[in-house]
Amino acid sequence: MTRISLTVDGVRYDDDVDPRTLLVHHLRDRLGKVGTVVGCDTSNCGACTVLLAGKSVKSCTVLATQADGSDVTTIEGLSGPNDALHPMQQAFHGCHGLQCGYCTPGMIMAAVDLLADNPEPSDDEVREGLEGNLCRCTGYQNIVRAVQQAAADMRAAAPRTSQSADAAQEVTT
Amino acid sequence: MIPAAFDYARPTSVDDAVGTLADGGEDAKILAGGQSLIPMLRLRLAAPTVVVDLGGVNDLRGVTDDGNHLVIGAMTTHDEIMNDPAVRSHAPLIAQATRTVADRQVRHMGTFGGSLAHADPAGDLPSVTMALDASFEIAGPSGRRSVPASEFFVDYLTTAMDPGEILVAVRVPKMSDSSGWGSHYEKLNRVAQAWALVGVAAMVQRDNGTMSDARVALTNMGPRPVRAHGVEEALRGAPATADAVGAAVAHAAENTEPADDVTASAEYRTHLASVLTGRAVRTAASI
Amino acid sequence: MTVTEDQPGAEVGRDRRRKEDARLITGRTMWTENINLPGMLHLAILRSPLAHARITHVDVDAALELPGVVAAFTGRDVADMQGSLPCAWPVTEDTVLPGYPPLAVDEVRHTGEPVAVVAARDRASAQDALEAIEIDYEPLPVVVDMEDALADGAPLVHEDAGTNKCYTWVLDSAEAGTGGDVAQAKSDAEVVLERRYVQQRLIPAFMEPRSVVVDPTGDQITMWSATQIPHILRLMLAMSTGVPEHKIRVVAPDVGGGFGGKLQVTPEEFIAFAAARRFGRPVKFVESRSETMLSGHHGRDQIQDITLSARRDGTVTGLSVKLLANMGAYLGIVTPGVPVLGAFMFNAIYKFPAYRFECSGVFTNTTKTDAYRGAGRPEATYAIERIMDELATELDVDPIELRRRNWIQHDEFPFTTVAGLTYDSGNYEAATDQAMELFGYHELRREQAERRESGDPVQLGIGVSTYTEMCGLAPSRILGQLRYGAGGWETASVRMLPTGKVEVITGTSPHGQSHETAWSQIVADRLGVPFDDVEVLHGDTRTSHKGLDTYGSRSLAVGGTALVSACEKVVDKAKPIAAHLLECDPADLEFVDGQYRVKGTPGAGKTLADCALAVFTAHDLPDGVEANLDADAVVDPENFSFPHGTHLCATEVDTETGQVKIRSYVAVDDVGTVINPLIVDGQVHGGIAQGIAQALYEEAVYDEDGNLLTGTFVDYTVPSSADLPDIITGRTETPATGHPLGAKGVGEAGTIASTPAVVNAIVDALRPFGVSDIRMPCTPERVWQAIRDARAAREGSDRP
Repeated sequence: MTRISLTVDGVRYDDDVDPRTLLVHHLRDRLGKVGTVVGCDTSNCGACTVLLAGKSVKSCTVLATQADGSDVTTIEGLSGPNDALHPMQQAFHGCHGLQCGYCTPGMIMAAVDLLADNPEPSDDEVREGLEGNLCRCTGYQNIVRAVQQAAADMRAAAPRTSQSADAAQEVTT
Repeated sequence: MIPAAFDYARPTSVDDAVGTLADGGEDAKILAGGQSLIPMLRLRLAAPTVVVDLGGVNDLRGVTDDGNHLVIGAMTTHDEIMNDPAVRSHAPLIAQATRTVADRQVRHMGTFGGSLAHADPAGDLPSVTMALDASFEIAGPSGRRSVPASEFFVDYLTTAMDPGEILVAVRVPKMSDSSGWGSHYEKLNRVAQAWALVGVAAMVQRDNGTMSDARVALTNMGPRPVRAHGVEEALRGAPATADAVGAAVAHAAENTEPADDVTASAEYRTHLASVLTGRAVRTAASI
Repeated sequence: MTVTEDQPGAEVGRDRRRKEDARLITGRTMWTENINLPGMLHLAILRSPLAHARITHVDVDAALELPGVVAAFTGRDVADMQGSLPCAWPVTEDTVLPGYPPLAVDEVRHTGEPVAVVAARDRASAQDALEAIEIDYEPLPVVVDMEDALADGAPLVHEDAGTNKCYTWVLDSAEAGTGGDVAQAKSDAEVVLERRYVQQRLIPAFMEPRSVVVDPTGDQITMWSATQIPHILRLMLAMSTGVPEHKIRVVAPDVGGGFGGKLQVTPEEFIAFAAARRFGRPVKFVESRSETMLSGHHGRDQIQDITLSARRDGTVTGLSVKLLANMGAYLGIVTPGVPVLGAFMFNAIYKFPAYRFECSGVFTNTTKTDAYRGAGRPEATYAIERIMDELATELDVDPIELRRRNWIQHDEFPFTTVAGLTYDSGNYEAATDQAMELFGYHELRREQAERRESGDPVQLGIGVSTYTEMCGLAPSRILGQLRYGAGGWETASVRMLPTGKVEVITGTSPHGQSHETAWSQIVADRLGVPFDDVEVLHGDTRTSHKGLDTYGSRSLAVGGTALVSACEKVVDKAKPIAAHLLECDPADLEFVDGQYRVKGTPGAGKTLADCALAVFTAHDLPDGVEANLDADAVVDPENFSFPHGTHLCATEVDTETGQVKIRSYVAVDDVGTVINPLIVDGQVHGGIAQGIAQALYEEAVYDEDGNLLTGTFVDYTVPSSADLPDIITGRTETPATGHPLGAKGVGEAGTIASTPAVVNAIVDALRPFGVSDIRMPCTPERVWQAIRDARAAREGSDRP
């Protein structure tokens, strides 16, 4: 057993884990974070994507021990206060970017990560940026639309956010 | 699928890591980013007794510029490398090829050294280091040594490293636009996520309308990456024209042993080697 | 999150955002794998590494010694109680129906066949223990290729059957009285084309791997399973294991895709059921992706020999189809019937007069095949649409023009086809015209000519696919004639709650199709209640005791029609109550916009909610009226429905590498009345993606020893967003005439149409090289090889 400490969706958890435990199984089986799912065993499908220290990773291809000391964000931690949906969640809903929904948690997390890097991607950049996530229902068409919608919504909201960040800084200084 | 049980160690220095590896014996396995190893563990194609996680060794991470070379720490992630300003300006071939490795998530966890030490012949980066004449800094129980790329890749999933050794860093000669070098990595895969059927890493130095020097290395044209010396010789001193490149690519598949498997026949790989070499060289030489 | 609209009205036709999404986008979904019960044991299954072998020795003792392991058993241990997996569709009287033990007892017949089970306190321990089980096999000869399997002296997959042929099924229009004789048509023909097409084996690759939980501790044994067919599963468990049907409850919770791949009664479900009964404790089995790929059923895998007879004016006069269909080693729930469904679709949208279809099912040492999106219809559509392009080339006619000369004109409906079906409606001209316009057909043809002229290394190809399909499975009478073991009806129930809210129970079982949204839209219109006041319940035999589940694009055409019928019954039942409340004669009332009003009298009436409350209190009901507004309905369709459309694909083919890029793709589909355009487009997109995947990317490959070489997503290349094009969709709406909704079904249309569109486009690009066919998937290597072979053949023939 190895002692690890993770902050998952804002809550800190200290656990002894069998070193062979995959991060996704730790999240699901120990922490009850069953919103993150497993779709394959070769790191291809991306259904298990979470943010580890702010970057997207496939949690089926990370040992829980490798994540020791890190922040993890799952689909369950993406919503804001009072369950306000993240713009990416809102856009997947608005653009019908999901059908069966199994790939959706991973797809949304990968898309959030993509926009963090590239807030104004072309359609081709969205398609390439999501190459690590498989969906069998949508043909990806409405996923691409949803990511573009979220990008537009987030860009529109961004100036306010930075203003409020400035305001917050002023208060503290 | 869940990996078979193993003991786990997370050393914090290279010396610790070497010691831990030695203690672990024959069935110890190094975990870098884990993006190749963990799927193998899950499918139980690998079942080490001890896994030595290098994630805690901070010295193995990062890119430094020592004048004529970049020194890329083995545990530097693909994502860090492709966004590193020094890599982008002094070894753009690495940055460009790395962008084509796997997918975003894998590039966030996967490491430069891990990919190279895994030595999968379909991996993109081994041929890139061959084309760059990089050298591999290795630490082991008897100290450190350096191995040139041409000697590092030995066979399928096999390198010149002994079981108790660790890849510390890769030294890459700085070769950039300012010295007349152009570069390109060209590959063909069945789907975006798939391994390259064939890949070609090309470096071409241009001097007043001629190709004064060239280095070309091939991915997945055998159990190890290979330099296309015949192509390089044909290019060296030739005019920077499509015709000259067209003549040179006839040599692309010389001395290769491409696999004949479910993903592609040897014959097709041989054909691709010349087509993709032409494309890589032309782009590298801005033709 | 959902928009609340108080005004009832035209819900049908609106692009409502889905009700299902709220839980799916926040990670609050109830997948089977999320279910954990007290005392639950985790199962792991040991699978055969050999494709054909006798089991000579099994010893699980060492596994039992390992930590965490509670029990282990083999096929012999449960031989009396495990039942035999059912095949519900023996297509002929003499179909060979081999026994199908969930856990192999004496012999294994494909790699991945379950041979032993471990139950442990956690999943890791169960998996560890598999390695401690000793099994000795005596290898038997293996046959993988269908033609090898039918050769004299071939190894037999089922020794006692004495043959590898499962059945031969024939439809001959001359014998059936639906058309002429194909031999005559061929001898009279001015042009005869003979082609062989190969439908490669595919893997459904739904994103949620299969999993199952069984709890035997209640009065009913409850099974949660990632299935498309909870109702059929319950019936099959009862019939096969002897556990009384009323003692079994099956639940399909949220299910992550199926595409036919979860239209199955699986060995793993039966094994979990047997294990739970044996231990008296809940058990859970979660399959890994590689297990799903190895042992979940596959799709397609047919060899199609096609003979087309025609006149030089382009009129097709006859079609003869000879199929070999790979069954795999065993028969799944509808394995033999899948290729037979295609029998009715080879004639497609055309009105040629003579047709013969003969299909032989063949056993091989491979995983069984069964339904995969389209099931029989994509195969048929591919063959006819490919050979129509060949005829167009032969006659030097534009492929669309050739189709026009043969298709059923819009004023010829209803039209009884040479295969014996009656197409109720359609307008192929309208769909094709719209598709050509969206596509820029003539401009692309011009560009193609330019690229050919200039010898561009990247050639442009244009692919046409006009299709129809049979949806709305199915009239029970026809299923009976085809020897299918069940009917094709569907059910719906409407429950009026005292507050006026509505619960709807459907016998269909969605797993991505958005029934909760679409059914709510239908109910909102029919009952005049707000969309948000409707809750759609499904997939649990305790609430939905009767149904035939979701497959074959049947849910809306059949289940939706049942829903309309149930709503009408509610409206009728409430009418006397409303009349009583309004103190008038029921005959004077009309139900408009959710209100009962005296005809011709504007102003306040009574809503269904008023009636529901009146029924609940029951203080003042008219004499003899039951205090109940709820209604059930069962609908058995009189006919199939026949969506159709025209898909056009432009491909750019790199003639140096053979790599294909889809440059543009236009789909104009006519799926009848559209309930929700957003959902319809989504179904079309996804269907097209799977059809493109067959054309370009996917193939399950076995080696000659029966090892699956494409057993993970590394080798079985499911396309990602980076591999697929943007799709332009258009629509024509010719309502189905057989039922009040007018909807035809859309789940499979895209898959059926797109595969031949893509391959036709690739071949079209390479016609100048002399290429006339490329085997699917059209990998870069195969395309390159085809160009090379054609060049070589041409050079050979050019030599003096």
